[in-house]
Amino acid sequence: MSTNNLHSSNLPGRHRLGRVWLVVFQVALVVGVVALCALLFNILNGSFGYVAVQDKVNPATLAVDGVPLEELDKDTLIQVLQANISAGLMARYEFDKPFAERDAGEVYDLILERVVAPEFVAQWSLYESLTNAGEVRATAAQEYPEARLEFRSWLNWHFLRAPQSSYPEIAGVRTAVLGSLWTISIAVLFAFPVGVAAAVYLQEYAPDNLINRIIQTNITNLAGVPSIIYGILGLAIFVRALGAFTSGIAFGVTDPATANGRTILSAGLTLGMLVLPLIIINAQEAIKAVPSSLRQASYGLGATRWETVWHHVLPNAMAGIMTGTILAISRAIGETAPLIVIGASTFIQVDPEGPFSKFTTLPIQIYQWTARPQSVFRNLAGGASLVLLGLLLTMNATAIILRNRYRRSQ
Amino acid sequence: MSDTAQATASLNGAAILSKDLSIYYGDFQAVRDVNLDIQTNRITAIIGPSGCGKSTVLRAFNRMNELIPSVNTKGEVLFRGENIYAPDVDPVEVRRRIGMVFQKPNPFPKSVYENVAWGARINGHKGNLDELVHSSLKAAALWDEVKDKLDQSGLSLSGGQQQRLCIARTIAVRPDIILMDEPCSALDPIATLRIEELMRDLAKEFTIIIVTHNMQQAARVSDRTAFFSLSEDGKRAGMLMEYGDTKTMFTRPEKKITEDYITGRFG
Ligand SMILES: Nc1ncnc2c1ncn2[C@@H]1O[C@H](COP(=O)(O)OP(=O)(O)OP(=O)(O)O)[C@@H](O)[C@H]1O
Ligand SMILES: [Mg+2]
Repeated sequence: MSTNNLHSSNLPGRHRLGRVWLVVFQVALVVGVVALCALLFNILNGSFGYVAVQDKVNPATLAVDGVPLEELDKDTLIQVLQANISAGLMARYEFDKPFAERDAGEVYDLILERVVAPEFVAQWSLYESLTNAGEVRATAAQEYPEARLEFRSWLNWHFLRAPQSSYPEIAGVRTAVLGSLWTISIAVLFAFPVGVAAAVYLQEYAPDNLINRIIQTNITNLAGVPSIIYGILGLAIFVRALGAFTSGIAFGVTDPATANGRTILSAGLTLGMLVLPLIIINAQEAIKAVPSSLRQASYGLGATRWETVWHHVLPNAMAGIMTGTILAISRAIGETAPLIVIGASTFIQVDPEGPFSKFTTLPIQIYQWTARPQSVFRNLAGGASLVLLGLLLTMNATAIILRNRYRRSQ
Repeated sequence: MSDTAQATASLNGAAILSKDLSIYYGDFQAVRDVNLDIQTNRITAIIGPSGCGKSTVLRAFNRMNELIPSVNTKGEVLFRGENIYAPDVDPVEVRRRIGMVFQKPNPFPKSVYENVAWGARINGHKGNLDELVHSSLKAAALWDEVKDKLDQSGLSLSGGQQQRLCIARTIAVRPDIILMDEPCSALDPIATLRIEELMRDLAKEFTIIIVTHNMQQAARVSDRTAFFSLSEDGKRAGMLMEYGDTKTMFTRPEKKITEDYITGRFG
């Protein structure tokens, strides 16, 4: 090829530079993937593995007339239970829910929980359990001769359904999951309409003047404020100043388990404040992306501003607004610090009943379990982390499906 | 057109009359002292070099400029003898009476039917919507092509069909005047010819003002032509240079600058 002396076309050098950058990009990708794998490994490592379980009473000894425990009928099961626990405890169970209303399975569960009372005496990580099963078995046999070795998934049906408990054997995440769902729902119910309305105002109505520019800058900056600050804000406003409302006293409803404004409502509103700037900014971007030719077409037909916004701008921005909201919710569902500040309960066993109940949430539950000295709670935390991730994925998937359906119907 | 409109129109012969119309973008004067009378049921072409303010003037005729925050309009635009910039005039009403078709076809991302029906519906149309959609699409010479796909998206049509859909949508709200800003510039010659034929038909019922860069189009389609150009004092403000019958303009223009532009020696 002919060359002229105007260009010092160092083509091989330029290609080399390109290859160097390509390698940089690939390395960056690998780092990201490794970090992700490490995260997954860490969670899975704690969520599955061998446990040594030791029963207080061997279930075989509870057989009646040679019929094993699990095949007994309800009445016999009640007798077994009665024979093994105190009369006071028996009366409490009767009070909680009369035995006449319980089925055989429930009574059997009570016997397992109270009489057989299996205890986790040792547990191993997934990695150990898979790579070193022989040694695990040997150790277990040597150190806990009376225990049996089970491969356990810490994430299981019981774990999802059972309330919080200080016994790791029967503890579950039900209270925390319900608490998370409640707070997130309230946060979204509050922040979505307010955020979208604010975004519509800023994008479609607000004149470009100093005040509006200051407001805009503030919203942008608020999105970056650390969440603990929102916690302090929530504590001051929702828990303290508006305590009469957030505890339900002002409405004449007081939850028996209420705690002076440290309720689901306060938590939901605090999370709502936290995600509000995110929702506003994302909704603004989505509204900006609606082509101005659409607005012109609408105005050109004699539509008012409101008609233009309602019939054209919002429907066309909705997919983007929803995406932004999903991102915001994903952030909120994992928030721990602000909820601790406004006073999430550290230990509650009763399901939240409404916005005025005390609450705990999944990330708080995880945090508490990891902070416990007994190593078995770390496995519970691993299981709860899986639940949290699952919850997040489900919500995202639902939102994406909703969004795609919306797009198609457009 | 209503009887009163007919009466007013025949009284002064002008559908739109601008008096000393000047338009500013911030401090920049884009259009200076335009005095123009647009005649009823005629097609008026606005021609002129790029940047001379044709679109700006056109948008001033239905107050679309107000959607641009920095715009400032001085002077008067009389529509049926009434200044549309008077304080008590609602721009929404002005835009229903004076519709607009844009350079790039911009149907709504809705069904063909909804595209036509929407404007009429929000404006409180009382008659039968199906009939209105039918007659508007027929008037826009589009009915035969879309009668089987009324519930398909307006965006699924070809460019030329989309532009005719936009015209149908504009007709459906029964304006008196239709403003068209380079309506054919995104279309191929055949689609362009169809729109031109359509305009001739529509002129029986509507007053049409069309901005175009295409001299042949202006000559073919319009009754009157307004030639705009930039002022020669260095301020680059758009001014009305010559205005008259299209035939006269294209055969015996009064001004040298008009002749230069029309014959392509300028621009
Ligand atoms: N939104 C705007 N903000 C600021 N200045 C503008 C705006 N729109 C147009 N102008 C300016 O006003 C002048 C006239 O513009 P206009 O669009 O009316 O010209 P035009 O004759 O339609 O040109 P073209 O033939 O290229 O479409 C130009 O100098 C342009 O830069
Ligand atoms: Mg233009």
